[in-house]
Amino acid sequence: MITLSIFSNIHQWLLGVLPDESTVHVVELITIALVYLALFALTGLFLVYAERRIAGFFQLRLGPNRVGPFGLFQTLADALKLVSKELTGTVKADKFLYHLAPYFVIISALVTLSIIPFSQEIQVFDIDIGIFFFAAVSSLGVIGIFLAGWSSNNKYSLIGGMRTGLQMVSYELSIGMAIVTIVLLSGTLQMSQIIEAQRHTWNIFQGHISSLIAFMVIMIASTAETNRTPFDLVEAESELGAGFHTEYSGMNFAYFFLAEFINMFISATIIVVLFFGGWLSPFGITDGIPFMGAFWFILKVAFIIFLFMWFRWTFPRLRIDQVLKLEWKYLLPINIVNVVFMAFLVWMGLTL
Amino acid sequence: MERVFFYFIAVAIIVFAFMAVTNRNMMRSIIYLLFVLIGVSSIYFMIEYNFLGAVQLTVYAGGIIILYINSIMLIEKIGTPMEKVKTVRKVVAGIISVFGLALTLFAIYSYPFQTVKSGNVTTVSQIGQALLGYGNNGYVLPFEVISILLLAAMVGAIMIAKTEKK
Repeated sequence: MITLSIFSNIHQWLLGVLPDESTVHVVELITIALVYLALFALTGLFLVYAERRIAGFFQLRLGPNRVGPFGLFQTLADALKLVSKELTGTVKADKFLYHLAPYFVIISALVTLSIIPFSQEIQVFDIDIGIFFFAAVSSLGVIGIFLAGWSSNNKYSLIGGMRTGLQMVSYELSIGMAIVTIVLLSGTLQMSQIIEAQRHTWNIFQGHISSLIAFMVIMIASTAETNRTPFDLVEAESELGAGFHTEYSGMNFAYFFLAEFINMFISATIIVVLFFGGWLSPFGITDGIPFMGAFWFILKVAFIIFLFMWFRWTFPRLRIDQVLKLEWKYLLPINIVNVVFMAFLVWMGLTL
Repeated sequence: MERVFFYFIAVAIIVFAFMAVTNRNMMRSIIYLLFVLIGVSSIYFMIEYNFLGAVQLTVYAGGIIILYINSIMLIEKIGTPMEKVKTVRKVVAGIISVFGLALTLFAIYSYPFQTVKSGNVTTVSQIGQALLGYGNNGYVLPFEVISILLLAAMVGAIMIAKTEKK
């Protein structure tokens, strides 16, 4: 649980007000869940805004700049519009699954948020299997996309859903393998301990060439996993309408859209924790100053997200056979060799 | 409080399991089955068998259910429910299920289980040591046998899927 002093004060106050400890526990859990929900809805909105501004920057245009200062409230206005819109759907869809599908995607994204260490004190759920929990829960999200594609009863949606199946299931392997490489290096699965193991050197330098390869692989695989260009075949506009969410409107569409951006945020945080020392400051320059951990964490995550957005507006989209060839013929063999190489490095004690 | 959660999850598992076998829409059955599996994994998480819970999620929810969905997507169309099952079959299936349940309950109640204190977390390194250990409580032989079985299955699948070169 969160261990900042202000939160322990709240905990003491709740213990005084409410009858017994388990009630306090449940109340705290619900409060944290609500705070996270609100916080990440806003983060998602801000990321959409950042994406549009960065797109404008790359394409030599302005991007949203009318609503509020620098257009900051543009995406908020868009979200309000989506909330107030009528939920339309197809008559021949499988109604139950059609309405269930967005929740799989958004819930798996939100559950994963709980293990993210924002600083030494701010982490909701420091589970001992940390990074494996991430891999397990994030594999549920793909089911939602499958269901959305199938239950819309529309051939474009179905093709979009099938492409996701091929793509996300394959690239999950690469992410898993890259994670295993780093777990070999740090010798633990727990998020806080992975970060603690990087106190003298970040993992990306600790494992020499092996870490660098794992970093590149996880960057490519995360881009594919979050269905962003150049791997956005799932929703290739020119071929499939809007892919698996063609038939969705209003809030149901917004869930998919928000989940995509939250997933991008989560991928960036996982990369930061694994390779760039999480909330640790470079060379320990701000050790001892409170709240600097969160600052460095957000700064690093923002940089990785900027890289993702850079990819998006630089590379052209791949064909589906090229996507699968990249994963199965290049990334996965490289990754397996890399895991063995990293094991060798750790065994011989050649890491920094 | 933990007891409330346990009964909530247990009732959910039973209800969804029942719905999974009675629903006539194949895709919905799969989704109810998915809920059953997620429920089982949440029970593992509740008794702090975190690793087992995560494995349950990865293997069943992330792997097997996705395979089922993938194959059903290719063969099923919306609005064509499965054919009705004959009453004789239902009765036979019911009798077999009751027999199975009775056997399981008998096995559970005839063995004196010991209550384990919760908060006794099995760490991942313990699991790893046990999997590759060859002394007492070591599982290196089953581990290797399963590895070879999986390898054989993979090679077999590739051989079947490979198209003949002309």
